[in-house]
Amino acid sequence: MTREMTGAKMVVQALKDQGVDTVFGYPGGAVLPIYDEIFLQNDIRHILVRHEQGAVHAAEGYARSTGKPGVVLVTSGPGATNAVTGLTDALLDSIPLVVLTGQVPTFMIGSDAFQEADTVGITRPCTKHNWLVKDTDKLAATIHEAFHVATSGRPGPVLIDVPKDVQFATGTYQPAKPSASHYQPPVKGDMEEITELVAAIEAAERPVFYTGGGVINSGPGASQLLRELVEATGFPITSTLMGLGAYPASGKQWLGMLGMHGLYEANMAMHDCDLMINIGARFDDRITGRIDAFSPNSTKAHIDIDPSSINKVIRVDIPIVGDVGHVLEDILKVWKSRGRKTNTEALAKWQAQIDDWRKVKCLTYTPSATTIKPQYALERLEALTKGMDRYITTEVGQHQMWAAQFLGFEDPNRWMTSGGLGTMGYGTPASIGVQIAHPDALVVNVAGEASWLMNMQEMGTATQYRLPVKQFILNNERLGMVRQWQELLHGERYSHSWSEALPDFVKLAEAFGAKGIICSDSKDLDDAIMEMINHDGPVIFDCLVEKHENCFPMIPSGKAHNEMLLGDADTQGAIQAGGAVLV
Amino acid sequence: MSALNIKKGSTRHSAYNLRPNFSDVEERHTITVLVENEPGVLARVIGLFAGRGYNIDSLTVAEVDHTGHLSRITIVTTGTPQVIEQIKAQLGRIVPVHEVTDLTVAGPFVERELAIVKVVSDGEKRVEALRLADIFRAKVVDSTLGSFIFELTGSPDKIDAFADLMRPLGLTKIARTGVAALLRGD
Repeated sequence: MTREMTGAKMVVQALKDQGVDTVFGYPGGAVLPIYDEIFLQNDIRHILVRHEQGAVHAAEGYARSTGKPGVVLVTSGPGATNAVTGLTDALLDSIPLVVLTGQVPTFMIGSDAFQEADTVGITRPCTKHNWLVKDTDKLAATIHEAFHVATSGRPGPVLIDVPKDVQFATGTYQPAKPSASHYQPPVKGDMEEITELVAAIEAAERPVFYTGGGVINSGPGASQLLRELVEATGFPITSTLMGLGAYPASGKQWLGMLGMHGLYEANMAMHDCDLMINIGARFDDRITGRIDAFSPNSTKAHIDIDPSSINKVIRVDIPIVGDVGHVLEDILKVWKSRGRKTNTEALAKWQAQIDDWRKVKCLTYTPSATTIKPQYALERLEALTKGMDRYITTEVGQHQMWAAQFLGFEDPNRWMTSGGLGTMGYGTPASIGVQIAHPDALVVNVAGEASWLMNMQEMGTATQYRLPVKQFILNNERLGMVRQWQELLHGERYSHSWSEALPDFVKLAEAFGAKGIICSDSKDLDDAIMEMINHDGPVIFDCLVEKHENCFPMIPSGKAHNEMLLGDADTQGAIQAGGAVLV
Repeated sequence: MSALNIKKGSTRHSAYNLRPNFSDVEERHTITVLVENEPGVLARVIGLFAGRGYNIDSLTVAEVDHTGHLSRITIVTTGTPQVIEQIKAQLGRIVPVHEVTDLTVAGPFVERELAIVKVVSDGEKRVEALRLADIFRAKVVDSTLGSFIFELTGSPDKIDAFADLMRPLGLTKIARTGVAALLRGD
């Protein structure tokens, strides 16, 4: 069935056909025809944000917490350029987004028209793919293809630039059908490589699973298969920041997060293992530390849907290109058919070694009777929200690492954080996107005061849509991570790393129509957190914490996994000139 | 436990110096990429090379299948084996890319470039230029009393050699197309 309609109507119809229920956006001159069509229907809910960057992060929060692509609608020029940070964030963290931008009419493109920007040019390196649609007849098919590209293979953000005259013109609507394009990334892994990995699993003496966001992106089924494989083999498992929740934090084999601020036992296991099984992670520099000292004696297997991830940073011995879910299914099948063998004797020794490492208790911090330690605040948040239908977003910095260390995630899609790009200002809009998708859940944005100020205008969105998001701000009046690096690397010269002239967060909350809570005493903390949780509406929680706390453990730049700093006593001269140039 | 029991100077390798296991020797590779001929596709390919810091020694592009709207891009690049592998993998993930072939690996292959060379001279030099052009099988495609334009096809090396010889004989301008290449046999 094909139908004649305007381009603007086509946009709405195509979104409906793609099963979209929510669009995050901000109107402007070049998208008015589409906004008119949104006005005339009730199937798609439009969430009006306060800044286009907020729209993209909200869509990311929606996408990460549902597994569905997030959809964004913004205008030309500044609308599109404001979306660039969000697009880059989604590209680095492989989040499926479909972003629609208005454009000046086709006959004005190239004339430096009002609110004209070369949107496809600007966003080419920060999208998985993008299109400028100059013909209304091609608009619907392009939108359908955009959803196909955003969600197949390694997911990512795509952008469709729609000139205003294309929105007004009438054309033929092409209904959604399975994509006929040549872009069909394979999902099944090579059986020979899989068999080789199974043989390595059977023989391994010191194995470790190193999992990442690819497990989450592969869907809940992949997390289930991962859990089955981990339980059945008894191998220990660690995860990147992006992969938290794929394996439950309460699981017996769980080592905690690895990497720069990962747990001692996780990093030591990575360094000393003889078989590393990377599932949907990408050997990011936050993970590997010094490359030439990275897990020197292990056979490395790497499962990734993106062939360009293989051998990009670390040379692997068993590369498997495919979707995590499909590959895990085949690994289990082959391993079971060969008699479910593992090297139990060696594994017991390995387990004993890991138990020894655990005894280091690397997350120990010095408690304080007077001030709230940020770690303590997160321990209490964890204790008081455990078992709840809970989603966590974060901003970027120390609080983000502490949240990853001290909060436990039992399920995938419950943890939304900016990993690859490290975007301060991500968490508030992301929490809004999550709450839109899960209206009855507890959504907490663990924030630092500096990050939080970067997109605080989105509190207006929260009050407008009565979204009870909890902004849990660990306020140290510092750019904590910058301050920590300046302390370790730059002779304690704290250049511009303090938050001067902070607003009164309680008054700010009231100004936005939200509830404000301030807490500076650890004795009051539990009650204050409960007050936040029980309040039926958005809350800004100003948690005044220790100002000079450093985030440990830490692998200093340019160091190996077995050269972790466990606390302040270790830091003297820890980073040398070679490491100082790194970020 | 001390975290600092490392020998001084042992951390000179930074995380950006990533390739201890790979050969550091740079290789020249000729890669052909079959792409959908849609707007911006060349910008995607060039942007990839610029954004990730890869070299382009030569690049040619033209539509080769008018009904299927497919273009063939031929890129000559240099890099360590790992960089070459990355270039191919990164090209492969560009959505409108259909096929990436490393001719240097898949080879043997035929590689040709076209050049037009303007030589301005008179007397003995002019005669010598014409004589050398004949040896190189270059064609005269324009001539005045004081100049020739030669057309020459061949491998980039042959064109380099011709240009080197013409320089003392009055070469003033040269235009080169870059390399087009295909695998030999079927």
